[in-house]
Amino acid sequence: MFKLEARPQPSKLMSLASPLLALALTVLIGVLLFLILGKDPLRGLQIFFVEPLKNLYALSELSIKATPLILIALGLAVCLRANVFNIGAEGQYILGALAAGWVAMQAGPATAWMGRGIVVPILLAGVLGGMAWAAIVALLRDRFNANEILVSLMLVYVADQLLGYLVNGPWMDPDGHNFPQSITFLAVTRVPKIVTGLRAHIGVFVALGAVALLWVFMFRTYRGFALQVGGMAPAAARYAGFSSRSALWTALLLSGGMAGLAGGLEAAGPLGQLTPYIPAGYGFAAIIVAYVGRLHPLGIVFSGILMSLFYIGGELAQTRLGLPKSLTGVFQGLLLFTLLACDTLIAYRMTWAPKLASARYPPGGPSASSPAKPVLRREA
Amino acid sequence: MLRLELNGISKQYPAVRANDRVGLKVRPGEIHAVLGENGAGKSTMMKIIYGAVQPDEGRILWNGQAVSIRSPAQARALGISMVYQHFSLFDTLTAAENVWLGLDKAMTLPQVTQRIGEVAHSYGLDVDAQRPVHTLSVGERQRVEIVRALLTEPQLLILDEPTSVLTPQAVDKLFITLRQLSERGCSILYISHKLDEIRALCHHCTVLRGGKVTGEVDPRLETNAGLSRLMIGAEPPPLQHRPSRAGAAVLDVRALSLVRQDPFGADLHAVSFSVRAGEIVGVAGVSGNGQQELMAALSGEDPRAAPGSITLGGTDIARSGPRERRALGLHFVPEERLGRGAVPLLSLAQNTLLTRTETVSRAGWIATGRVQRLAEDLIARFQVRAGGAGASAKSLSGGNLQKFIVGREIAAQPKLLIVSQPTWGVDVGAAAQIHGELLALRDAGCALLVVSEELDELFEISDRLLVIAKGRLSPSVPTAQASTQQIGEWMSGLWDGAGLVEP
Repeated sequence: MFKLEARPQPSKLMSLASPLLALALTVLIGVLLFLILGKDPLRGLQIFFVEPLKNLYALSELSIKATPLILIALGLAVCLRANVFNIGAEGQYILGALAAGWVAMQAGPATAWMGRGIVVPILLAGVLGGMAWAAIVALLRDRFNANEILVSLMLVYVADQLLGYLVNGPWMDPDGHNFPQSITFLAVTRVPKIVTGLRAHIGVFVALGAVALLWVFMFRTYRGFALQVGGMAPAAARYAGFSSRSALWTALLLSGGMAGLAGGLEAAGPLGQLTPYIPAGYGFAAIIVAYVGRLHPLGIVFSGILMSLFYIGGELAQTRLGLPKSLTGVFQGLLLFTLLACDTLIAYRMTWAPKLASARYPPGGPSASSPAKPVLRREA
Repeated sequence: MLRLELNGISKQYPAVRANDRVGLKVRPGEIHAVLGENGAGKSTMMKIIYGAVQPDEGRILWNGQAVSIRSPAQARALGISMVYQHFSLFDTLTAAENVWLGLDKAMTLPQVTQRIGEVAHSYGLDVDAQRPVHTLSVGERQRVEIVRALLTEPQLLILDEPTSVLTPQAVDKLFITLRQLSERGCSILYISHKLDEIRALCHHCTVLRGGKVTGEVDPRLETNAGLSRLMIGAEPPPLQHRPSRAGAAVLDVRALSLVRQDPFGADLHAVSFSVRAGEIVGVAGVSGNGQQELMAALSGEDPRAAPGSITLGGTDIARSGPRERRALGLHFVPEERLGRGAVPLLSLAQNTLLTRTETVSRAGWIATGRVQRLAEDLIARFQVRAGGAGASAKSLSGGNLQKFIVGREIAAQPKLLIVSQPTWGVDVGAAAQIHGELLALRDAGCALLVVSEELDELFEISDRLLVIAKGRLSPSVPTAQASTQQIGEWMSGLWDGAGLVEP
């Protein structure tokens, strides 16, 4: 039978191979899933892994999904490395979209002097909105030791309600036939597109710049180092004199800001208005992106693209194969699940162990020991 | 007939062959020492005997019959009991409840309480079964563990480093009990690296080195040097001892009182002492008497001390954090190497950044090349055996990691170095090297404060000794005028004037 045996040292190779192995297993289970559903598995795989990459239009759509995923996951990676479990990025994303949307709605003749430059304050507002939402989590944790997992998660639903209230109330478009949505933002406030005709916008470059900045922060600055020590060995951080409060605030404000930026880019980018459908689950999917990317900025680029494939593949599967869109969620979940399983192999290796042979001992050996009874039983 | 015989026992772990065809013969009623350095294979051998680990090959004979011991429960059923170095008692339960928990439920709690009384009485072990464990001293806790082991009327009792937590007086008491047990026919396996104790107590001694048996001797006929040669293959080089030339006071602690943060910790009561440049001050004491709390207050990990109670070179540092204190020249080596003194998963190079920030620019940029060179220099200068500056802290042996951490702090050229348990779990060679480095640092004019549970170590390197007991600190005594007897009494809190200063 197979036996798991602790490795003397965690395998570096395995920590890179594990996500690939997990992907292979996910694809394998996906093929089985297509077979069970009575669909051609080859066609299914093609829809998930080829169609989203086949031309410029498809790549542009892919970038629209990947940009927020990568941005949010980068912030989460810092948080998770610092052992601050912010799982409410979705709420911070919504607040980013609301704040950016509010600034965008102020645009008019009075702001015309700014020209397209107004996009900068719009995105900054997004960052601040996300930060403010994450700051609530940090404050409650710092002041009252409230669990950040619960608080950040609950604040997602509060943010969702807030969005619903605003687009149904004060921010509702007066000419919108009573649809729950804001006015369409002026063209000048929209995040510039890379080429006309495609939806891809300069957020892609923002995301790639963030990858570089976060890499530098994590591996080249003392503050980033201190943050990670706090996550890996709290006693060592205390010994070194790194403040755990400062780590908490830095991690939450940074990841809140990144999620808010993603929300701002989305609102002032492809959406162009505020609707109740802004929360698309990016904030939750980014947790998977962060882990599959090994909490490393470069890894997150790849896992972000992979996760976007699932998003687009799911939508295509709906129209082309008549499968429910929730297939996206199934694939995302499968990937995380298989990754966690494969990660076991980083610290352990599988060995083939023949059944423990008692024949090694002379006949009668093991049996000689079994009849003995605990001494106490006799006395009692 | 032998009580226990091991024949050609081997155990291979992924990285190391812990036992390589080892043998052991224990006669009934014999006190049998198993001597060896850390990592020599003593623990693996005991785990095999106690059924916690299965050997890859070899035979175990118990009272002449071949057995395979598959679990500790089976070992206990055979009549083998073990007292671990680290006690497994629940602090909030009474002694009797703790013993009762470890037994199968054939007896009721009152029956167990009565049996504890009987066993304790017959061996002169004084244990109050009704007291909660957290009110017991370490020696008393160990007696509870021994009574628990004796309740099963074992034929073989295994004791793992039993004296490491005891005062010299408590050690004498323990030896009386062990001799009584041996006279009644119970065999005892006594695991230790303390040569004097083995020579005083044991009838026979099996020496392990690198997983192999390197000698079987009668310790009563051997010298310390002879046993040491068997254990490490050579005698450690003698230390260079020059008389100290103590200068001005560097650290001054005045009436430091602190309430414990951990419910099972100790309060500090009006602790006062000073450390001068160019001297080593040793702090003796049984663990859990306030050493941890004192260290945290001095290192800055616990900055709650009253203003003015701790001064470093005239600067009040009572409320400063570790980084400010380090900037003033106070460096500290904590007793936990992995997880506190070093981050297990980070490389040695990255681990220098915990306390050494000359490789970090004012704006907070890390110069990775300089970090790498610093780690390489430390590895070379302090002869750390490691796979280079990129090796993770976790991959080093205890001794080598300790050399690295001590080296990291020494190379920072501190004004005051505080070291907690400098050679805990460190092999003899590395220990001698660390002692030598500490003495060299003293001769260079640094003030040193060393906290240790090993009295021998303190007598060897300290110029003055202090004793901490129940959160109070004794007056200091020059090491040359101190005796083990006196320090032992002080470790129980019995010095003139002790207890007079109430908080």
